[in-house]
Amino acid sequence: MSALLRVRNLTKIYGEPGERTLEQTGPEWNSNICPETDSIVACAGVSFDLYPGEVLGIVGESGSGKSTVVKLLYFDMEKTAGSAWLRPYNDGRTNMLEASGQQKRYIRNHLMGTVYQNPRDGLNFSFSSGGNIAEKLIMAGSLHVGSIRERASFLLEKTEVPVRRMDDTPASFSGGMQQRVQIAKAIANNPPLLFLDEVTTGLDVSVQAKVLDLIRELQQELGIAMIVVSHDLSVIRMLTDRTLVMKHGRVVESGLTDQILQDPQHAYTQLLVSSLL
Amino acid sequence: MIENKKYKNSYNFAFIDESTKKEVRRKLLKAVAIPGYQVPYSSPEMPISRGWGTGGLHVTLAIIGPKDIFKIIDQGSDASVNACNLREFVQAMTGCKTTYDTTEATLIQTRHRITEEELREDQILVFQVPMPEPLRSVERYEYRTRQMHGEADYAKMWVSLYESYVRHGGIMRGADYPVKVNGRYIMAPSPIPRWDVPNLNQAKTLYLFGAGREKRLYAVPPHTTVEPLEFEDVRFAIEKFDSLCYKTGYRRAFLDELYLDDGSRQYVINDSNFLDKIEQGGEVKPFINPYIQQIEL
Repeated sequence: MSALLRVRNLTKIYGEPGERTLEQTGPEWNSNICPETDSIVACAGVSFDLYPGEVLGIVGESGSGKSTVVKLLYFDMEKTAGSAWLRPYNDGRTNMLEASGQQKRYIRNHLMGTVYQNPRDGLNFSFSSGGNIAEKLIMAGSLHVGSIRERASFLLEKTEVPVRRMDDTPASFSGGMQQRVQIAKAIANNPPLLFLDEVTTGLDVSVQAKVLDLIRELQQELGIAMIVVSHDLSVIRMLTDRTLVMKHGRVVESGLTDQILQDPQHAYTQLLVSSLL
Repeated sequence: MIENKKYKNSYNFAFIDESTKKEVRRKLLKAVAIPGYQVPYSSPEMPISRGWGTGGLHVTLAIIGPKDIFKIIDQGSDASVNACNLREFVQAMTGCKTTYDTTEATLIQTRHRITEEELREDQILVFQVPMPEPLRSVERYEYRTRQMHGEADYAKMWVSLYESYVRHGGIMRGADYPVKVNGRYIMAPSPIPRWDVPNLNQAKTLYLFGAGREKRLYAVPPHTTVEPLEFEDVRFAIEKFDSLCYKTGYRRAFLDELYLDDGSRQYVINDSNFLDKIEQGGEVKPFINPYIQQIEL
């Protein structure tokens, strides 16, 4: 089986990096700020493969670069270096990070979905929740109000948002509902790949459980491959098959989630596991 | 004050200097070459405030010649203050003949209407545009709207139409209805009523648009496809009047609502020259489009 998404040497540096910036930053230096040039290495040399239907976790403390990886892959940011190939885009032969703006928008709308930690990043609060889902459907070329509304209500039902609130703005929803509308929007076009960036952070525990249940159900039902970013090891354990552990912009450990949680190898992972379990 | 005695006229022909005319003409050529695309231009200030027709005036003054016959209308009327003042200004600066007659004119400047009478190949219609950016209502940043135009990323515009349908049961845009030009750019047709929008499509005339405040020019060349944005099941429609013109009994024209002295309400043809011609029993050749044809005579 060939990989759905191949990522090689993904790097994002803020500021002007020097020749030795990458050598002098990272976990060994306990810093991601270059001592010579003051440039900040948000992430560097991140490589991994993601297979269809697989759920990959990225875990790490805040500032470790885990969100940066997802934002680079979703084109919210411009990469400094690196390549990524998505199999449904041009048979995985073209580096999608080098594509034109129009191509990137096509990939975003047809082949990917994302759920942000803050619903305000993923939803337009001046549009109704149905309108937010409509935006994705329209981007994929649907211009029939009747079928847009049908699809939107189907998705809201699926994500357990009351359909009669379809024409209300997400601003009038609770945090958990907003998050579920975001999920409905993200999966509107049946994308093969979904990014979840700290989706349960900031929700209370019972709502967290519901949202996680929903994600797991959708994953099993639709077989979407996912990249789950979280600092919460219990979320990672519940959702993911494989995990990358990041620190100071580098991947320090990767492997099966169970293995990492049972038998952490890297000192940082050991600290993480012992402090959270 | 030192009086200018060296030249017969104290101003250059058509007021603005030749290099400004060249600038505007060059940008107009670009606008015609890319239908619906907003071309930025530069020009000195005009003797009227920005936003009062300066954009239209820049275009008019840049393209008018001594043999042109000039007509100007403001919301369909030849007689409004805005129209009269600009007409006098253009006349004084060019010595051109002016007219009320739509068929006689070679160059027509307009604010917020297209004439009821069909325009010909040898005529040019210049629109005054208050807000050239159709996406401004959905995106406030200029750099973003330019990017959206560049990538033909119009989903937000469509969502705003969807939202309008959800909230009000229809697309609630009376004037300035967004159109797609030549299958590519979404364009603001200036605040013409929906009635006029179908007359932009495959027209014989060159339509030029000038926005003076934002310094943008754009154009719809003759025989260009212009489609109003509409969903497959929620269609564009022109205004419906539940009455006919009380002066002429005419039905197939854009009507103004009038409240008369006795409190009664009447409708009258908005286009003043068109109304005059029909009242005098003259011959008229109005625009014909599928929307107007649906109205019973």
